Amino acid sequence: MMKKIKWGNLYLWLMFVVLYLPIIFLITYSFNAGKVMQGWSGFSLKHYGELFADTRILEIVVNTFLVALLSSLLSSVIGTAGALYIYNIKHALTKNVFLSLNNILLVSPDVIIGAAFLILFTVMGFSLGFTSVLLSHIAFSIPIVVLMVLPRLQEMNRSLVASAKDLGANNWQMLTRVILPVISPGIFAGFFMAFTYSLDDFAVTFFVTGNGFSTLSVEIYSRARQGVSLEINALSAMMFMVSLALVLIYYVISTRAAKSKKQGTRLVLPASEGL
Amino acid sequence: MMPKSKRQRQFFYIIPYGIWLVLFVIAPLVLLVFQSLTTPTGHFTLHNYAIYFASGTYLRMTFNSVWYAFLITVVTLIVSYPMAYLLNQLKQKQFWLLLIILPTWINLLLKTYAFIGLLSKSGTVNNFIGLWGVVPQQLLFSDWSFLLVAAYIEIPFMILPIFNSLAEINPRLEQASRDLGANRWQTLRRVIVPLSMPGVKAGIQAVFIPSLSLFMITRLIGGNRVITLGTAIEEHFLVTQNWQLGSTIGVVLIVAMVITMILTRDRARRSARKGR
Repeated sequence: MMKKIKWGNLYLWLMFVVLYLPIIFLITYSFNAGKVMQGWSGFSLKHYGELFADTRILEIVVNTFLVALLSSLLSSVIGTAGALYIYNIKHALTKNVFLSLNNILLVSPDVIIGAAFLILFTVMGFSLGFTSVLLSHIAFSIPIVVLMVLPRLQEMNRSLVASAKDLGANNWQMLTRVILPVISPGIFAGFFMAFTYSLDDFAVTFFVTGNGFSTLSVEIYSRARQGVSLEINALSAMMFMVSLALVLIYYVISTRAAKSKKQGTRLVLPASEGL
Repeated sequence: MMPKSKRQRQFFYIIPYGIWLVLFVIAPLVLLVFQSLTTPTGHFTLHNYAIYFASGTYLRMTFNSVWYAFLITVVTLIVSYPMAYLLNQLKQKQFWLLLIILPTWINLLLKTYAFIGLLSKSGTVNNFIGLWGVVPQQLLFSDWSFLLVAAYIEIPFMILPIFNSLAEINPRLEQASRDLGANRWQTLRRVIVPLSMPGVKAGIQAVFIPSLSLFMITRLIGGNRVITLGTAIEEHFLVTQNWQLGSTIGVVLIVAMVITMILTRDRARRSARKGR
């Protein structure tokens, strides 16, 4: 019995090492004075210097965050409207049809979404660039917002809405004063998921980005195809910090919500994006 | 009075959401299927499907893609099941689970990029095995490196659903099984594993479908040795510009996806009902 548990712990440790090794490796080499990811030639911050002097990368970082912010804001609004619509449907079959339609983009492989959107933009005569990337990101983020908001709506006490109505609230007052405050943790979780989806996406963006516009993932891909450059390592260390900060913020807020609400919004895996 | 205000409300909600549904869910899929059924000049044809099914290359590529997706799924399942089981026995399991989830929040491209450094001919892994006198190997751009990196990236997506289904098992069932004289192995095989099947199915679904459509890893790590359905679609859309045939492969991928979902859903539902 004792021996068994020890073997188990060994396995767990080994797996955690394997999971984190590539990430630690990447970040460690961002401080290497040499030019490649092998042979340690001393500590240096010069790759960070190169990174901050690289205006193309900085511009792409700004673009990426702009797309992430705008797409998550807009998809939160549209997704919340969608969740409210689906919540109000009384007919069970209609409700299921809408839920299935909602989930299509969540289960579809990214390559399919990218290819289908590329056809769509071409048929509509839309030129590829910032707007097409933004529209695509809004489109694939909406279903996750719906899925984060719906459980909140279902948990909501229906008599709240009924009493608001009895007290003479109109539709708008009911929405802004009663419903939205109750479901705000769900909307926040949806916004957050949409933000990380957008930051992480590679495949869909790769299809609809065209020539002029680029996001971080696409840029890293094209640079990685040319070979290793430690500037990317420096960039990855920075991005790791951003991801870590995002997870921490999300975790703190969701546990706080869990404490006050008894049931928090669970931390969800970002879909295996961009494969 | 009341139905009218409700109708107004619903109308207000459906406008943005409905536009999205029509424009970005239904239209793209219809266009993709339509594209696969037309010639470049827009006439109806089954020619693309004929090319796909008549040529050995495309069929071989499809079988290859399914085979690799299968291998990736098996490898991640073998590694992840014990991991999920052991995690479930820990005291602070939510914290450890968070540590499993954390790597999935890191950009996929960066994780793949790390492996380019680890596996390259003069890279760390080669230096490490060199300590035992092994001659540097070409690790990058091989089928094995592709499998390794794909499995590495998919592991958390397999662990999470299995972990969740294991956590839902009532611990009394395990005690009952012991009391009734089952040993550790029998308890695991007859009680724990069958009850965690819904999680295993969900994990298989979460790993198998993305593995069919992998295209970035095949380029950066696999060195184009492994061609998956995803790689073929990307190739047809962005390189050879044959959108009709690309869409045809897309339709095949959708069909493969639906089959996978049906295979993994049916059983999952039945066991979920049993579990409740």
